[in-house]
Amino acid sequence: MSAALLIDIILWGSVAAVGFIAYRRGPKVMTASLREGTLDFINIVPRIALGVIGSGYIAAVIPQEVITGWLGPNSGWLGVLTAVIAGAATPGGPVVGFSIGAVALKAGGGSPQVLAYVIAWALFAFQRLLLWEIPFMPARFVWFRAAVSVPFPFLAAAIAMAIGKP
Amino acid sequence: MKIPAPSADTAEEESRPGRARKPVGWSMITIGVLVVVSATLVWRRDGISGVLDILTHDLTLFGGILPRVLAGCLLGAFIAEILPHEKVSRSLGPNSGLKGLLIGAAFGAILPGGPFTAYPVASALLTVGADFGATIAMVVSWTLIGYGRAVAWELPIMGTDFTLWRIVISLPLPVLAGALGRFVYVRMYPKDEAS
Repeated sequence: MSAALLIDIILWGSVAAVGFIAYRRGPKVMTASLREGTLDFINIVPRIALGVIGSGYIAAVIPQEVITGWLGPNSGWLGVLTAVIAGAATPGGPVVGFSIGAVALKAGGGSPQVLAYVIAWALFAFQRLLLWEIPFMPARFVWFRAAVSVPFPFLAAAIAMAIGKP
Repeated sequence: MKIPAPSADTAEEESRPGRARKPVGWSMITIGVLVVVSATLVWRRDGISGVLDILTHDLTLFGGILPRVLAGCLLGAFIAEILPHEKVSRSLGPNSGLKGLLIGAAFGAILPGGPFTAYPVASALLTVGADFGATIAMVVSWTLIGYGRAVAWELPIMGTDFTLWRIVISLPLPVLAGALGRFVYVRMYPKDEAS
């Protein structure tokens, strides 16, 4: 809980700092950005409401054992590939993604596969792309970014296999 | 991937050119359908109390996130306003080289907050002259190296050992992703290249 509080303090401190810089440029600059930011906020809230309030239901019906079954230690590169697909397909917030990863580790999943799963989930979980990235960023950027990211869970798994960690 | 035509939305009239504020009907519909189907499945499995349990939990989560979303939007708006465009396009633009990718990655790693800050700020960077490569480095760095999610969720759930090794192995990835993005971008969209 204290980590969350610290992050909130850093977050609002940063807002205050850039707001102060804007104010020094002139009150007009500050009120224009305040208006712009508030409009963004009002525009984004319905999307976030739907996603956050709804994601619990999506997470509740996903069969976790199916995902963790894919990530066995002897699954090799096929396991890494399924881990990447599973990471992209995992709905819900960070609790869901990491919990599935932790369950897979405890159930004897291979670390390179679990690593690929966590990284793929971080890079392109479909729900985060649709819910957060698309509304805020140009769609062309989002698809481009996701496509360019595809090799990297595999690279991370290869590094993990090479160094034998984690 | 085709960008769908924007549907009618009155809020859209408020938007300024150059700023991404668009109705994305289809992504909302996808999530909406998934939510309705899943909620129905939960209701058939656990009854109305199962539905309400999840609803109260998610409403609490939503209430906690809202102020941070506001902070993220304000941060993005202020940054778009105060960053000097010429300087940004010089240090994060298409010709910024490895240094631009490193700056983008460092920026993503130290950025506070979650998706509610990262994406508005990344969008602001694009608006003021950063290229796809540097912005990709920033977004990928935020998601893989950023401390916010790692401290709040990954450490407690996955354990210290896994989390630290995961971050160490991830360290080179943002710059590599940005470099790959830049490499592909100038070949896909040659006309957009540095002016």
